Amino acid sequence: MSASPAPSGSAPAPSGAAPAPVIAARDVHVHLGGTSVLHDVDLTVQRGELVALLGANGSGKSTLLRSLVGILPLDEGRIELFGSAVAERSVHARLGYVPQYAAEPGTIPATAREMVATGLLGPRRWFSRAKDPRIDALLADLGLSALADRPVNQMSGGQRQRVMIARALVRSPELLVLDEPFSGVDVATQDQLAILLRRLVSRGTTIVVVLHELGVLAGDISRAVVLDQGRIIHDGDPSSRPLIDPGHDHALDAAACLGQEIHP
Amino acid sequence: MIISPWDLLTSDIMRYPLIIAVLIGLTAPIVGTYLVQKRLSLLGDGLGHVALTGVAVGWLVGAWISATPVDLLAIPGALIASILGAVVIEIVRELSHTSRDVALAILFYGGIAGGVVIIQLAGGGSQNLMGYLFGSLSTVTGSDLVITIVLALIVMAVGLALGKVLFTVTADEEFARASGLPVRAMNILIAIIAALTVTLAMRIVGALMVSALMIVPVAAAQSLVVGFSRTMRTAMVIAVLCSLGGLILTAYVDLPPGGVIVLLTIGVYVLGQIARPVIQARRRRQAAA
Repeated sequence: MSASPAPSGSAPAPSGAAPAPVIAARDVHVHLGGTSVLHDVDLTVQRGELVALLGANGSGKSTLLRSLVGILPLDEGRIELFGSAVAERSVHARLGYVPQYAAEPGTIPATAREMVATGLLGPRRWFSRAKDPRIDALLADLGLSALADRPVNQMSGGQRQRVMIARALVRSPELLVLDEPFSGVDVATQDQLAILLRRLVSRGTTIVVVLHELGVLAGDISRAVVLDQGRIIHDGDPSSRPLIDPGHDHALDAAACLGQEIHP
Repeated sequence: MIISPWDLLTSDIMRYPLIIAVLIGLTAPIVGTYLVQKRLSLLGDGLGHVALTGVAVGWLVGAWISATPVDLLAIPGALIASILGAVVIEIVRELSHTSRDVALAILFYGGIAGGVVIIQLAGGGSQNLMGYLFGSLSTVTGSDLVITIVLALIVMAVGLALGKVLFTVTADEEFARASGLPVRAMNILIAIIAALTVTLAMRIVGALMVSALMIVPVAAAQSLVVGFSRTMRTAMVIAVLCSLGGLILTAYVDLPPGGVIVLLTIGVYVLGQIARPVIQARRRRQAAA
């Protein structure tokens, strides 16, 4: 849990004052199907951080991510992005979201170019052109130029994942949120995506990424947040020891996520 | 004497049905493309069932106020019932997966059962519903034409002008929500234009087959072309040609137009499936070149 102060009010910070955190989540509780999935979650993310959300299956990391981008409603608590409540649509123009690979494409053979063009739409923008030059530039950047007019539903997992990332990046988001971007993706594509994420961080983009393990991003992540049974059990430098009793099961889980061995 | 297709196209008897057939061909695949993308191919079917209750209620009200003809309010009744049904279906769809399947089934069967019972109360019989169930040419009136043109213009305006937003919402609802798009409103809008299409198409194609004209041309088009908007445009061409072809055919052979039109679209789909390996091989050669 970060020591950053909670932002005051929902209005963007006036000029001269310290900018509001990119993400400020307070006392977040989420229930899904009658089961409590997140409890008492506090999370503050500042501009330029690369934060990994880690945890075992069912720990609540994807639920937290989906709450942060406003897909899941909260039962209690409050989430602010850039100082505004997440329910305010206007704030979503500054956000890029890459859903989990499991988000299957439909049966209609939409092309990569058409799919990426949907990333240009936002709360105040309901129209886009598939010929927008930003789309071609990004497709080239992600090595997808030759696939621009191919149907997404006939692509491999790695190609499809890159299309989803292009779709999130095409609007040049200040906050990029990715849900397990490396699952079902070959090692070469993982390395390529890691280089891309590094470049985005160096330009000041804030990134929050759900991961199963630190993997190719181990050297880049500035903060690791480990969840277990809907609670944050570790929040800090990924190389630091979990902050709880090493004999506790949670410590073992947290350490495993961080690739550490625990010697009681 | 056998009249030429041109004389047929320009004859007074066929003018209304032909205009309606073109409008159905243009609108049904627009809605169908969004429904296929949302994996809601059977929504049109459900709305057709619900529209029958609307037809019967319209008939009942027409009988009460001694309207001439008695089914004057049948199509307006179908319109109101299918829009209400569409909104209810969309709300139910947001409920949990386990309950929505059964809830939708109850709504569909309730629609057709309500139609059969209410038409009896209105002093008619289920034979009065036949024209609405299976489609008919003889029942098309001037007021039907006006209603059809207005509804078709609304469906085309919404379905084409908001195409980018509707595609984004149907392609990936979570991404659309994270992008700050009004997902719920767009889903309800799609359900409403589906209801309008059901109403405008049921006179000729019939409530039981209207969904086929939304879905089958799209299924045929997606094996022939690549791209969301190209699939939609190709499906519109297929549906217009099949609607016109079916209608002209039934002028020469005494067959129900709805059934013939739907069989023609299925024929195009089958041809598309046969041609698919050839088209894909050519595409691969072009990509490799």
